[in-house]
Amino acid sequence: MYQYDQYDQAMVDARVEEFRDQCRRRLEGKLTEDQFKPLRLMNGLYLQLHAYMLRVAIPYGTLSGAQMHALADIADKYDKGYAHFTTRQNVQYNWIKLEEAGDILADLANVEMHAIQTSGNCIRNISSDHFAGAAGDERVDPRPYAELLRQWSSFHPEFSYLPRKFKIAVIASDKDRAAMRLHDIGINIVRNDAGELGAAFYVGGGMGRTPMIAPLIRDFVPLDQLVTYSEACLRVYNRHGRRDNKYKARIKILVHEIGAEEYTRQVEEEFAHLLEQGIEPPLAELERIKPYFAAPEFASGLTDRADRSDPDFGLWIDRNCQPHKAPGYVSAVISLKPVGGIPGDASAEQMHLMADLAREYSFDECRVMHTQNIVLPHVEIGRLYELWQKLDAAGLGAPNLDQIGDIIACPGLDYCSLANARSIPVAQKISERFAASGKGEALGELKLKISGCINACGHHHAGHVGILGVDRKGVENYQLLLGGSEAEDVSLAKITGRGFDEAGIIAAVETVADVYLEKRHDGERFLDTYRRIGMDSFKEALYD
Amino acid sequence: MKILTGNDLKSGAVVWWDGQDWSLHIADAVDAGDGASEILAREESARRVNAAYAIDAELTGDGPRPAHIKDRVRALGPTVRPDLGYKAAEQNGWDWVI
Amino acid sequence: MTEKLGTGRDEVQLRFRDDAMPEGSQVTVDAFLEQADAEAVRIEPGDDARALLPHLSRIRLVEVNFPTFGDGRGYSAARVLREHGYTGELRAVGDVLVDQLAYMRRCGFDSFAPEQAFNEADVETALSRWPHVYQPAADAAVPIWDLRHG
Repeated sequence: MYQYDQYDQAMVDARVEEFRDQCRRRLEGKLTEDQFKPLRLMNGLYLQLHAYMLRVAIPYGTLSGAQMHALADIADKYDKGYAHFTTRQNVQYNWIKLEEAGDILADLANVEMHAIQTSGNCIRNISSDHFAGAAGDERVDPRPYAELLRQWSSFHPEFSYLPRKFKIAVIASDKDRAAMRLHDIGINIVRNDAGELGAAFYVGGGMGRTPMIAPLIRDFVPLDQLVTYSEACLRVYNRHGRRDNKYKARIKILVHEIGAEEYTRQVEEEFAHLLEQGIEPPLAELERIKPYFAAPEFASGLTDRADRSDPDFGLWIDRNCQPHKAPGYVSAVISLKPVGGIPGDASAEQMHLMADLAREYSFDECRVMHTQNIVLPHVEIGRLYELWQKLDAAGLGAPNLDQIGDIIACPGLDYCSLANARSIPVAQKISERFAASGKGEALGELKLKISGCINACGHHHAGHVGILGVDRKGVENYQLLLGGSEAEDVSLAKITGRGFDEAGIIAAVETVADVYLEKRHDGERFLDTYRRIGMDSFKEALYD
Repeated sequence: MKILTGNDLKSGAVVWWDGQDWSLHIADAVDAGDGASEILAREESARRVNAAYAIDAELTGDGPRPAHIKDRVRALGPTVRPDLGYKAAEQNGWDWVI
Repeated sequence: MTEKLGTGRDEVQLRFRDDAMPEGSQVTVDAFLEQADAEAVRIEPGDDARALLPHLSRIRLVEVNFPTFGDGRGYSAARVLREHGYTGELRAVGDVLVDQLAYMRRCGFDSFAPEQAFNEADVETALSRWPHVYQPAADAAVPIWDLRHG
């Protein structure tokens, strides 16, 4: 994976000092909270329900063992012994003190990590495919391009006070494992007819209050114009994005309001001008970055068999291990969704274990999924049983990848000052209910996503089953949505009808699961059955 | 009653106006009444509190109970981690929150 | 008849130019386009700076207003003017914190008239904070990716 050189390190170190200084000025009263807030947000520091919350960046979701160890140390030293992995491949700490934030950033800088631009109206962490470098269907590893864009977007002097946050995802496969169409800019590295690599740009996707799927703006940008085209997209947004209404300020609203065609025209105009400015990095830079993402020294002559005598292991290997391009390997998914657990949370102890396992089993690399699990990208099949035993002993062995137990949930009203309802207890109860009845296994692939408010950090619009927590006259209430998908078959979930209280939403999820089990054809996932039969059967079962 | 709440600037801890200072204990919260906005402005600018605001609460046998669930969660801690919240020892606080 | 608009010479706290500050006052973009002899113009966030491009040679001062520092349209306005060859004074005015100085300099601003005066020590710190830059902008700083490859 990428390693800082002296320049990267100098920038991160300078940022730590800048932030320490801003904290000092805040504590001395030289900055008001209104002045300080946007500055601290650009360093990932929120004020949440219980304390300050710090969101640490994990660029394109890739972590080394040393970095995971450091994250665990921070959890112990500065927080309450755990951390939360997010739906944008980042990690969050919930119990941070402002007076220690500078020290935390310094500790992070020691392991080439930071919290730069993980919040605020600027370009955020650039996400990517959590199976990059391992998936057989990728055209190239997308992460060198994400790394190039990370540099371009960091401390960008023109785009640090945008109308609103800006999220970019980069993939390089037909299968979309990064919810690319639901980003402000989604980039897919593709090949043209001549076999050359280029970037397809999708601009104007997003969830939140007004979910939208990003339209294709340009089907092929040559890779040596990637940064220039991105700059053009951002400049048009900075210029014309709405500033009058926070809820209408994302680029998706701009693209929708002026139309994709007009937005594209403006981008192409700006792009033509910017090409004359020569702002693109030298090709040598991409060539310098690529070797950091080269395939590790895979062993050869490996077995493709695992010892399946333990049925629990059999479940896990079938469910949680993804095929790998190198013979004898898989990508193994470590579930952070134990039955009844808090989705995406890991204790410091578990994080230390995962760090050791990454070192021992996966060439010292792990990945954070936007579905809040951890991936060991390159594991020898012959060593899986041994790995699984260690995971299982630590509560990290749930064999539920993409099943109903693999719930995506935002922190919700238990932690977040933006929330209207609690999401985690709903996730826990659903998880327990379906594990107890055994139905979870029978349902197969069913992606359940829960958001505690309309900001949709739980990505409920993209759930096969989505749940949205709302405030109904001061009482928590939950809306049910069906039929969303974040993959290449992207679709936005539709609401079923009136909402439910907590007991009601859990029963409602059972009801729709039963409708599916009753109506499904062979080989159909929940999503497929829903798309075939439509909403009516579900509505009847729910409301009649 | 109208009580005042915010976060400690340095630590981020949830605090409640007790008439003279900012307390970690909601049981100490007093009715700020008409003086609320004046107190908030003064305390905020003196940096004795951050992001403070007034909320409705009813006086119960257990002390002030905020009208909105969000502030009850702030008072007791995350309902899903009773071991971490302010009243970590008290398991039966949860009916009070919900 | 032009109304007094924008900042006066005495409100400029920082200036990184050797030439004399222009006399006279600024006019709005609309007024500027109608006055052949105007040489100082004030851009509001909603103005399109590109309207000035045909007239750059006669402009001595462009003042860019930041009514709230969170409205970053002025950064694009400034950089676009520099990209098209504007060499006159480019002044950031309004709600400008010392924390924005470095980025504003990179976007081409060379004078500053903040509503709230900067602390002098903070200015020093802000301007010497960044050892390098990652990406090109309107300044002469060489991006890291170019330093790496000579």
